[in-house]
This record gives sequence, C-alpha cells and structure tokens, in this order.
Amino acid sequence: MKILVPIKRVIDYNVKVRVKPDNSNVDLANVKMSINPFCEIAVEEAVRLKEAGTATEIVAVSIGDKSCQEQLRTALALGADRAIQIDTAESLDALNIAKLLQKVVEEEQPQLVILGKQSIDSDNNQTGQMLAALTGMPQGTFASEVVVEGDKVNVTREVDAGLQTVALNLPAIVTTDLRLNEPRYAKLPDIMKAKRKPLDVKAAADFGVDLSARTTIIKVTPPAERQAGIIVESIDQLVDKLKNEAKVIS
Amino acid sequence: MSILVFAEHDNSSLKADTLKTVAAAQAIGGDIHILVAGSNCADVASEAAKVNGVSKVFVADNPAYEHQLAENVSLLVTELAGDYEHILATALTTGKNFMPRVAALLDVAQVSDIIAVESADTFVRPIYAGNAIATVQSLDSKKVITVRSTGFDAVATDGSAEVVALGSATDAGISAHVSDEISKSERPDLGAASVVISGGRGMQNGDNFKLLEGIADKLGAAIGASRAAVDAGFVPNDMQVGQTGKIVAPDLYIAVGISGAIQHLAGMKDSKVIVAINKDPEAPIFQVADYGLVADLFDALPELESKL
Repeated sequence: MKILVPIKRVIDYNVKVRVKPDNSNVDLANVKMSINPFCEIAVEEAVRLKEAGTATEIVAVSIGDKSCQEQLRTALALGADRAIQIDTAESLDALNIAKLLQKVVEEEQPQLVILGKQSIDSDNNQTGQMLAALTGMPQGTFASEVVVEGDKVNVTREVDAGLQTVALNLPAIVTTDLRLNEPRYAKLPDIMKAKRKPLDVKAAADFGVDLSARTTIIKVTPPAERQAGIIVESIDQLVDKLKNEAKVIS
Repeated sequence: MSILVFAEHDNSSLKADTLKTVAAAQAIGGDIHILVAGSNCADVASEAAKVNGVSKVFVADNPAYEHQLAENVSLLVTELAGDYEHILATALTTGKNFMPRVAALLDVAQVSDIIAVESADTFVRPIYAGNAIATVQSLDSKKVITVRSTGFDAVATDGSAEVVALGSATDAGISAHVSDEISKSERPDLGAASVVISGGRGMQNGDNFKLLEGIADKLGAAIGASRAAVDAGFVPNDMQVGQTGKIVAPDLYIAVGISGAIQHLAGMKDSKVIVAINKDPEAPIFQVADYGLVADLFDALPELESKL
C-alpha cells in the first residue's frame, strides 16, 4: 500500500517563542525551525509499516514556501521515498490545507494518510479530521497504536478516559499522538541519499482550490506572566501558607 | 441567532465541562440548544435539561452514537447545523475528534480551544503551547468552535429546557468501535478536581506514585503526571497534564518531581495556586510556583501527608 504523510515546518519545540512588539504575530526571524514533532512520528510510523512489509511506498508532502523543502529532505532521510512541496508564500487556514491535501489524495490514491495530530505552533488539531471529512474517509485520531489487517486498520486512540480502539475501513486517515513511536535519527548516509530522492514542486495556485482566508489574526499578545512566588523552608511553613495565606486547604 | 452546544458525556452522566461550554455560548449570546448524542443516554438528557440558559435539548439516542464515532456524530451535527450560527463543543478528546470534520463538511473554518469570547465572531485562543495568546476573527457565516473549559466558569443547573427526541440516525458505516481500556478511579476527574497533585520523572517509578495517593485522599485531589512520567511508563496516558494531555486549572496544583517543561506548564499554569516540590533549585517549575519547596520528594511527601 501507498502511504501519504503530510508534514509541517514549525518552530523547533525547544525554542521559546517571543511575541513581536507590534503584537501582529510571534517573531520567527532567525529562529530554529524543525519538522513538527507529531509529523516526525507520522513519518516514523509510515517507515515502520514499510519495513514490516505492509507499505510499499511513502510519499511526504508539505505546504509552504521553499524553506519547507528542508523538512521534506528530513522525511526523505528518515525513509520516505519521494516528496511533494506545494509552494505558497501564504500561511493557510487548516481547511485550505486540507483542501490541497484532498487534491493530493485524489492524485496519489494512498490507502493510508498519516498526519501529526496537531502542529505545535497553531495548536489547531484540525487538518487530519478535515481531510478525512473531505475525502469521506474514516479517521483514527490521537493514535498510540496502528495495526493494518486486510482491508481494515485498527487504531488505538488516546482519549480522556484512557484508550479506545476503533476499526476503520481502508483507505483511512490516522493522526499521531506522542506515544505511537519514538522516531529514529537519520544516519549520515541516509541524509546524503535523501538529497537524490525525487522532490516535486507544485504551485498551490494550480490546484484549483479557493485559498482565500477564513480567519484573520487580530492580534497576538504574550500570556499574562505568573509572578514567581516564594521558596518555603519547610513542610510546616508550606502547610501554614496554604491554610492561612492562600486559603486553599483547611 | 442560535447556538448549538454538543454535550460531553459517557451515556450516563453529563460532564461538568459542558456547563463551561454553555457559559462560552452565553458570552456569544443567543438562543442556546444542547445536543446529546449517545445510546441509552436519557439520564444525560434530563441533566442537560437543567443547565441554565438552555431552551432546548435535542437527544439523538441510537446505537450508532454509543461511542460517539466521529464519522457518525459529524453527520448528525452537520444535518442540524442549518439552524445555527454557532456550533460549540468542549475541547476534550470527543470534541477535538469530530468537530473539525463538521467544519470541513460545512466548508467553514474551525476556531479551536477558545479561552474567551470578544464578540460573536472574534475569539481568544492560546497558540504555541500557551506562550502566545491570539485574538482570531472568523470570516465564515457559521462558526465552528471548540471551547477550553478552564477559560469559563460553569453555569448553574436549575433550569428546565424542553427535551426533543431526534428520530433518524446516520451510520456512516466506515468505522466501528472495537474496545475501550478505561482507567477506573475513585478520585475526582482531573478536569473537574479543585486540587490536583502531579508527579514527574522525579517519582522514579510507578510504585512511588502511591506516595501521592495519601495526600490526594486527604485533599480530595485528582492525581496527574507529566509527559516524562507517562512516557517512562510510570502511569497511564489519561493522567498526563500538558499541551497535548489534559489542561487543568484547579484552585491548588501541587507539582512533585516535575522540572516544568513549557509543554507541561501549558497544561497547568492557569491554576490559582501552584506548589512545586523539587530537589533542583534551578528547576523552571519554581518560576511559576507560588510556593516552592526545595527538597527530596521522598522525605517531603510522607511529611506533608502527616501534616495535612
């Protein structure tokens, strides 16, 4: 089976973001960028399915300007076979991303699409579900285990009360949670090899999708700062403070 | 202007988070209806009918909705959507799962995880794990919204709404429920508890979480964990507090052996009072804690339990 893995270039998860002084957005100038951690888990899961003989081809796709080719090369180094960059300078709403991916799904006809459950920048948690709706596919979101069996995939999902397993007809959409796998590090020979793997560039405007914005950001502000409190010397002092100062225990 | 609120429930009782999502609906303003989709969920419907500010409760009681599979629930909500300008669900795993599907079927954007309402089309939501707060305007005619319940105060429950049963059910027939592994606990729900005590990697193993239990019992607290503790296999995933786990805002949050990665802070920094117990005085958790105690947790926890 063919697996499609959409990935996103985001701020590295170790970087603490700063809001721009004009409150227009966060400041991403000269900030380290990486593949979104959940997307990396998606790539790893696809590679494991290929290593297990379940998958035959892995196609990575990213939507953004030329810089996201860096993350596509990362996916290729991790084991994807080829990559597609959908070129746009705009920052698109999740719905428009899903519409572009729908066109890629129509063209590539994957049996499985594996995405990260959310990107750590916009924290929307929408694209996989929207793509599932647009393609009419079932969805296994927040996956901690993915087992392909015949024409179905069983997905174990991390839910509020614990774990839930669902059986989905293929083709299906899976979105990854943190504990699905631990992504490998790309080895140097694989990084070199990735440079020669095919990477197609297509213009977003050529897909015939209305990409006009559905939301606008009015402003972005830093969160209310929490004042660091005091260091107490003993449990007795802590209990006293909680009872008599904060009044949160009796 | 009408608003549809999707009820969070387990087929037997209404989750308290729904009362906060109704509060968000009230902040938007309009005639508020609740949808209860489930199976044998009559009790949930009668609870929902008591929620203040709600005029009507629709009940879709059918086996197709028992496990609230996104494929089926999204079709139900989309069918009802015509009459509403706003559709709200709580940003818990059910709402997060099916709501974007509704938005895409309606061809509108979704605004996720709102913590405040500025106006009928403008909402406030955290981005970058809460390290920035965005004010976002939706340009679509219908607004599909998930609500972070910690941003709103629960409405009261002395109302009396009309309950209307919905007849037909839609089974998309492309997905099926296989099994659940539900963690059973006598303690309050993490999301609803007024006190939460969480352990991190410093707990060293799952057995040591017992040290938190005595304190939790005395305080009526829920027990949580950091991602590090869950990843290390100390405790199950449903205990995780953080950017991708549960978002909590109790009156008192006690962080034990948790260093305070930004992903963890994203899940608890709106708590009213934060206590940190950590043996590393440089741990970032102390920068958000109201009361910090630099101590070995294996000494501090038994002493704390004995003095409460």
